[in-house]
Amino acid sequence: MTDIITESEEAGFASDLTQSNTLGESVQAYIGRVRGGDMGALPSVFGLVVLFIVFGFANDRFLSNLNMANLITQAGPIIILAMALVPVLLLGEIDLSAGVAGGVAACVMGVLMVKHDQPWGLAVLAALATGAVIGIVIGLIVAKLGIPSFVVTLAFFLGLQGVTLKLIGEGGSVRINQEVIAGIANNNMSVAAGWIVSLAVIAGYAVLALLRHRQKVERGLQHQPFAVVIAQIIALAAVMLGVTFILNQNRSVNPNFPIKGIPYVLPMIVVLLILWTFALGRTTWGRHVYAVGGNPEAARRAGISVDRIRISVFMACSTMAALSLIVQASVSGKVSSSSGAGNALLYAVGAAVIGGTSLFGGKGKARDAVTGGLVIATIANGLGLLNQASWINFVVTGGVLLLAASVDAISRRRRSATGL
Amino acid sequence: MLSSHHPISDPAPPERLTMSASNPLLELRGINKSFGVAHVLHDVDLAIYPGQVTALVGDNGAGKSTLVKCLAGIYPIDTGEYVFEGKPVSVHGPKDAGALGIEVVYQDLALCENLDIVENMFLGREKKSGLVLDETTMESKAREALTSLSVRTVKSVRQSVASLSGGQRQTVAIAKSVLWNSRVVLLDEPTAALGVAQTRQVLDLVRRLADSGVGVLLISHNLTDVFEVADRITALYLGRVAADVATKDVTSRQVVELITTGHSSDLDASASSTTV
Ligand SMILES: Nc1ncnc2c1ncn2[C@@H]1O[C@H](COP(=O)(O)OP(=O)(O)OP(=O)(O)O)[C@@H](O)[C@H]1O
Ligand SMILES: [Mg+2]
Repeated sequence: MTDIITESEEAGFASDLTQSNTLGESVQAYIGRVRGGDMGALPSVFGLVVLFIVFGFANDRFLSNLNMANLITQAGPIIILAMALVPVLLLGEIDLSAGVAGGVAACVMGVLMVKHDQPWGLAVLAALATGAVIGIVIGLIVAKLGIPSFVVTLAFFLGLQGVTLKLIGEGGSVRINQEVIAGIANNNMSVAAGWIVSLAVIAGYAVLALLRHRQKVERGLQHQPFAVVIAQIIALAAVMLGVTFILNQNRSVNPNFPIKGIPYVLPMIVVLLILWTFALGRTTWGRHVYAVGGNPEAARRAGISVDRIRISVFMACSTMAALSLIVQASVSGKVSSSSGAGNALLYAVGAAVIGGTSLFGGKGKARDAVTGGLVIATIANGLGLLNQASWINFVVTGGVLLLAASVDAISRRRRSATGL
Repeated sequence: MLSSHHPISDPAPPERLTMSASNPLLELRGINKSFGVAHVLHDVDLAIYPGQVTALVGDNGAGKSTLVKCLAGIYPIDTGEYVFEGKPVSVHGPKDAGALGIEVVYQDLALCENLDIVENMFLGREKKSGLVLDETTMESKAREALTSLSVRTVKSVRQSVASLSGGQRQTVAIAKSVLWNSRVVLLDEPTAALGVAQTRQVLDLVRRLADSGVGVLLISHNLTDVFEVADRITALYLGRVAADVATKDVTSRQVVELITTGHSSDLDASASSTTV
């Protein structure tokens, strides 16, 4: 009928022809995407490498086995809180109260265990339920009353700190020495268990990736070149084996009491990462979260219950925040009236954004929380080792957050210009 | 140029000429709709016939988009009857309209730019195997639907919608109706933002949809387009139906009069009734 159609009549979809493109071509395509503003994990990984080099030269203890283990336990609560925030950011919303909501929840756990002698399992469940209820209330207010989440959660940020104070008493704190809870950050897997779990994760990932690739090829769907799939498996294996190797070395300063093995917080993060990657990437709920973040009106017209998605996301966020502050309690050995206040939330938002999650909604992944969280934790850890005054820590972290947000804004503009 | 196995590729069936024989697929009777104090639709009657293109014309603000959104279940109807295949139905949301086989291509395109073509085509109706999204089935089906419309200008079905041109987006939206085997397709100014060639493509697409037995409602300000593809014309004037006529019974000048003044002096009053 027209030239446009007849010309390409026999061509099919142009990319169908380039489905099995070479490694070189897909590297070029990747560079094109990065140039176009779709940077993915690049800034956080690059930042991490730079930070490791800088701190590694500045302080010889930074790269020690002991400090690497410390870094991972310090990063734990930040990463989990950032993971809590990713779905909220995907909606283009923000939850400023996530930190203190987690604080209230951890406080409920501490008070139940210490003051009421309840078993740890019950206390943890109560904490998670507390988080869920707070999240539902926030979600209901945001979705049904239509108040911007910024304002609603700012109100909760203030109000919930009062709740913590009331629960725990002015300036008070509850010591957490229950074995399981304290063990999250302070106990380690045995060396053998560490290797087995690590290898199992690599094998699991490799099998799934290869199966998916084969299925796509068989059904003639768009897929990455085989070499890229293999490269991804190798990269994951290298990271997993490297981290396992370092953490399985003796890191004790006292030769009589060797400390080695993976701290339990790490497998916990891996499990959460798998869970959230699955929920956001492979389920209808996840797809709808992205849709609402991209265009709420389009989502509504497609028959998606936008309110339900919003409420569920805020609920998930506060529940994950509870988990984050439980881990924080394990790291610091106590729950205090300031748990989750201060810069905890800013760290987490910064982590998600540095990782590549957009503040404008619709773009981001669970893994962003991990890479970004490591960047933030590395800054805090490295500056701490250098014995810098705490004002420097604040200024640097604030600067990094601003930088990440600027990168987000600029790359978003480039994306809309290049249509990626 | 079309894959011959698809029904849409068949040449225009004869029903197009014997329109009076078929009953309306979808009918609105005496629809009223207000936004607060603004009474936008007054006792609107509308009929959409299978295998026909019904054009809905009217000036800016006449209420065309509002009528489409009422049909789609986006806006609740204040009073009036919604009849599908002769049976009164109640449509409370986009899901209900979708269940009846009604697909809408909105004037303000309802696509998520951050999702790709496949994800958009299945949005709200994702295929699953167990708990997990069935990406392979969705991608194959989306590919089939686009191929059957001989859409060849998009590079890949996994391209994000943000990277598509206006015409390509329009095509994706229309392809949804093929994908879901829709009975009725409502298109709100699908060619408004398009160039000559892309308008051509979309109009051909519209005609092919109707020829395959789908009831099509086409909103357009371009009377040349309307006269080319439409079998019937319904003119809306300030929220009221000014005329409902067969395209062959009116001239372009008369339609312009209907749109701008609400009536046409020399339009045979009986024409509108006999053709229904
Ligand atoms: N959500 C709304 N709230 C209040 N008034 C509305 C709303 N939507 C539409 N209207 C009013 O209803 C009238 C009809 O609008 P509508 O969008 O249906 O017109 P239209 O015929 O589609 O015009 P156009 O050709 O410009 O697209 C206008 O006066 C508009 O201001
Ligand atoms: Mg309109």
